[in-house]
Amino acid sequence: MKLTCLSQGGGYHFPPCHMLELCGFRLLLECPLDLSALAVFAPIPATAPGLIKAQPWYKTVAALHLWEPSLIGAVLVSTPAGMLGLPFLTRSPKFSGKIYATEATARIGRLMMEELVAMHAEFVQFYGPDERPGLPEWMKWEELEKLPPALREVVMGEGGEELGSWMPLYSAADIKECMQKLQSVKYAEEVCYNGTIILKAFSSGLEIGSCNWTINGPRRNITYLSSSIFESSHAMDFDYHPLQGNDLILFSDLSSLSSMTRKGNEFNGNNNHNEPMDEDAPLCDVSAIRTDYDNEDEIGRCLGGTDENLEEIDKISFICSCILDSLQMGGSALIPVGRLGVVLLLLEQLSQLLESSHLKVPIFMISTVAEEMLAFTNAVPEWLCKQRQQKLFAGEALFGHVELMEEKKLLLFPLLNSSNLLMMWQEPCIVFSPHWSLRLGPVVHLLHRWHADPRCVIIVEEGVDAEMALMPFKTVAIKVLQCSFLSGIRMQKVKPLLEMLQPKLVLFPEDLRMQCPLRDDNSCSFLYYSKNVMLRVPGLKSDIEVCLATDLAFQLKPRKLTERNMAIARLKGQLLLNNGKYLLVASKELPDLSNKQLLHWGSADSVRLLMALQERGIIGSIHWDKNTTGGVFSIQITKPEEAMIETSATKTVIYCRDKTMAALIYEAFSSVCDGI
Amino acid sequence: MAIECLVLGAGQEVGKSCVVVSIGGKRIMFDCGMHMGYLDHRRYPDFSRISETGDFNSALTCIIITHFHLDHVGALPYFTEVCGYQGPIFMTYPTKALAPLMLEDYRKVMVERRGEEEQFSYDHIVDCMKKVTTLDLKQTVQVDKDLQIRAYYAGHVLGAVMIYAKVGDTAMVYTGDYNMTPDRHLGAAQIDRLQLDLLITESTYATTIRDSKYAREREFLKAVHKCISGGGKVLIPTFALGRAQELCILLDDYWERMNLKIPIYFSAGLTIQANMYYKMFIGWTSQKIKDTYAIRNTFDFKHVCPFDRSLINASGPCVLFATPGMISGGFSLEVFKQWAPSEKNLVTLPGYCVAGTIGHKLMSGKPTRIDLDKDTQIDVRCQIHQLSFSPHTDAKGIMDLVEFLSPKHVILVHGEKPKMATLKGRIQSELGIQCYDPANNETVLISTTQNVKINATKMFMRSCSHVDLHSVTKSAPCLSDFSFGDSGASNLVRNEKVAEGILVMEKNKTAKILCEDEFLQTLHVKEHNVQFQYSRPLEVCREQVSCQSSSGLLPSNGSSPERW
Ligand SMILES: [Zn+2]
Repeated sequence: MKLTCLSQGGGYHFPPCHMLELCGFRLLLECPLDLSALAVFAPIPATAPGLIKAQPWYKTVAALHLWEPSLIGAVLVSTPAGMLGLPFLTRSPKFSGKIYATEATARIGRLMMEELVAMHAEFVQFYGPDERPGLPEWMKWEELEKLPPALREVVMGEGGEELGSWMPLYSAADIKECMQKLQSVKYAEEVCYNGTIILKAFSSGLEIGSCNWTINGPRRNITYLSSSIFESSHAMDFDYHPLQGNDLILFSDLSSLSSMTRKGNEFNGNNNHNEPMDEDAPLCDVSAIRTDYDNEDEIGRCLGGTDENLEEIDKISFICSCILDSLQMGGSALIPVGRLGVVLLLLEQLSQLLESSHLKVPIFMISTVAEEMLAFTNAVPEWLCKQRQQKLFAGEALFGHVELMEEKKLLLFPLLNSSNLLMMWQEPCIVFSPHWSLRLGPVVHLLHRWHADPRCVIIVEEGVDAEMALMPFKTVAIKVLQCSFLSGIRMQKVKPLLEMLQPKLVLFPEDLRMQCPLRDDNSCSFLYYSKNVMLRVPGLKSDIEVCLATDLAFQLKPRKLTERNMAIARLKGQLLLNNGKYLLVASKELPDLSNKQLLHWGSADSVRLLMALQERGIIGSIHWDKNTTGGVFSIQITKPEEAMIETSATKTVIYCRDKTMAALIYEAFSSVCDGI
Repeated sequence: MAIECLVLGAGQEVGKSCVVVSIGGKRIMFDCGMHMGYLDHRRYPDFSRISETGDFNSALTCIIITHFHLDHVGALPYFTEVCGYQGPIFMTYPTKALAPLMLEDYRKVMVERRGEEEQFSYDHIVDCMKKVTTLDLKQTVQVDKDLQIRAYYAGHVLGAVMIYAKVGDTAMVYTGDYNMTPDRHLGAAQIDRLQLDLLITESTYATTIRDSKYAREREFLKAVHKCISGGGKVLIPTFALGRAQELCILLDDYWERMNLKIPIYFSAGLTIQANMYYKMFIGWTSQKIKDTYAIRNTFDFKHVCPFDRSLINASGPCVLFATPGMISGGFSLEVFKQWAPSEKNLVTLPGYCVAGTIGHKLMSGKPTRIDLDKDTQIDVRCQIHQLSFSPHTDAKGIMDLVEFLSPKHVILVHGEKPKMATLKGRIQSELGIQCYDPANNETVLISTTQNVKINATKMFMRSCSHVDLHSVTKSAPCLSDFSFGDSGASNLVRNEKVAEGILVMEKNKTAKILCEDEFLQTLHVKEHNVQFQYSRPLEVCREQVSCQSSSGLLPSNGSSPERW
């Protein structure tokens, strides 16, 4: 087994990406896009100095292009963000692999891709379609030289190696083709890849439908652990119990990595609004973590996420109260948040807050996929957290937006220039609209309208370089609220989680090694992976489990080796691999019914051999070889025919002209020498 | 290992489905239904046969309910709240949401209308449902270390599933009720090609082959349209869930196309609430509904409105859905009493009515007068239309499923005795599969075989797979007898090479298969080589016979290359 980390990603919207080689197959883990790189393009209408004025291209995982698409056997997708780059792969005629994602992830992912294509269409309208084949103007060296260093790094990567990762956007037809190649699964549904590898998805708690995978081959049980959240207010909780006992964990939750790098270059739109959120709890003091958990329950309690969840709810409340302040001053609120769960919770809390403060402010949601997305979220009880499911059994709608839409408090429009929207429009208002990069979608136009109004507020997500994102919208007087939401496992929970899951081997990111010191012990060891370095993982199991079919078991003719306390039998069969399990069945050939021994060891006792020959009517005499030591003798046979047996500790030669008699001698020899 | 199958209900009859299956020390109860045709002790399965002491918690590993019909879930609150079963109960999300509505509706009818002593209370239903663990389709649930269960889509009603259960290598499927053809709001049953020791299947229509659904729907619409254009009233007695939604989709669609303005009523708030559930369970409906719900949810009926009691005697035509389905009491009986005497009106009847109900009386012959009790008689002059579409599979569907799964044994339940016997004969003669049709409280014993688990060394595995498995799968043809999954794709990789090794069996250790060389190493011995020289002893010219080329020189029973 080999692992190559292709990208460590960057937070919720850009998950890490790996290539796993297992049982002779290549599995690609996630196929994301780095949409934060859109920041280098000027939004429409383009007035921003320094930014690239062109139809945007999209930044894929650079290292993925080094792998031959035809050799990728399967793609596993854990979150909607993990599939945004898929159409680039599936439109390659060379790609013939399978793609697996949960039903809910596939649905949300498809909507996100369609939304991307719809928003991009505005650029096509503005600049006209890409006519010239080949690289666009901005990719030429002389143009790249002109870019500010920060932008140039986004475009090219540190060493220029990422320039090749840019692609012109896929089409709606590419998305359709991609979705047809995707096989969707339920949580805990077993799918078998190529008869060899059993795949199962279990809830990771990050988003509706997002998952961790168990990858069970005949020789290895692997847990592919992506960013996970123990308790969620909307998605089904992190289901870690089924991951217990797998030999190997590929730890791919790098969320804490991206929240750390972000800390370095933090930006707050204007000084009167400092970063309000508690970024991350201070890095864990490992020595303080107990290691002597009495039992699983205690670890479970330690992992329990109630406090985390409360913190997230507090963040949502804080955002809502900031929005309320703005509304009360007559300003509007712009929410280009791309996280579905956050949007759903904001909708619920905002409407309650408006209700209680007797404020009649319309909430608009402007997106080409808003209607389908909201309808979808109210029809997926199987993918939601316990509290939401409880609503189902109590006969209530799963989310608050159902009622809001019925009461016309929440209004959905596909486009900003929908005629109905113009009729309903009033300010102040609350607008949910894409895209969080602030380069695409209705948010751009609304930001042009409101950027200089200090009464208004915009919510910016983590992972976005706010300074760069807001650059085209000078001067920025609008309040900017940047918030980080929980995007994965907190560092201090990694250790108890691993103790709970009891793996023998953990593949852990090198870059998190310092933040999360984990030590090998006798039950578990660690291997560290880095970007673009192939990690060879040594085999774990020495023996392989095989099922012996009943028919074959009945053909066995076991022989006792009394002195060794064992029985042995020669076994001949055909090996099948069925659903990741080996099965030995009787071969179609007729079974060998003779008791003939084919392998001998030890040596024959001279007297016993002579007796055995006599029983078969063969008469001879023993002759010891005086020249050598140790058991070398020969038997001269006189009756019924002349023959000779020469034997030593490791070798016997039978001299005989008649084949029938030779067989008889052989039989006699076998009866006194160990063999099988 | 053996499977022991105790049929507590639906044995050679329709009603109170309940089968208790023991596999490898695990004991699973499939369905816990009640019989709608009885009011005495016969309405419930005879639970005392599970445990004489009444300690059901240790006697059962779990209960699995296939769908919300009362003949499958009706006895559950009684069993958990009155008999005291506290163990795990599994059902799908829609079943958990809708079963309490069915149970409460039934309880109300029994207690309020018939004035019967209640068998279980509303609180019992609520408490019972709290104990339920939900299942999603195809989700593989590990009930405990040994027992694995999985649900497959069964059609029939919203949330209905077939259940796959596996202990060790022994596996079985219990179908519950299923439908092999899609209807207006549900898809057809779907299952993987599993390797099964036992299949327990319903057999409601064991001998019926049904014609096209389209013709039957047209007939129904024609009868309804004729009645309302003549100014008549249409009474559609139905259970709140399932049939009601399907007929509603049919009528709503027809009303739209024909631009009809005549009101369609739902009698109870229950159905309105049920429709709300149907909207949330889009994932469990037919593909067409799934594809279009974002634009218009099929269960937002345009022409349907709630019914008020005062409308019973209002003039003018209308269509009314009223519960319960077999006119066994309740509101549908109340309306029937008023509307039956007019020849202008129409009453539709479901495909199956339990003996003792008015529905059953109307179906058998053409009565002009029905005696409700000794004081009340109803004149029946209205038109009667029997709905012939039923959410059950027909005989062809059953045979197709049995053939597709090709289990080692089949048990028939949920059918009528003589028809079941016919079907049993067909399964045995046409498919060559052992088949049983036990009566209630009978036990069927089935023996199963089991694969032995052994360990194989890496060297042995290498020795038997010289061919790269990757290339084998690509070139190997699909072996239909071993293929799994709806896609028909084979999950089986067959290696044509014959593997040979030595199996070592030691006490208290898993048997292990090794290559010859490894075997000698583990024994710490050296091979003793035997050679033949077919010449006169001590002759100078010795014909050396090597191990490999010796075959055929000696009389040999084997045909493969052998070492001597
Ligand atoms: Zn049923």
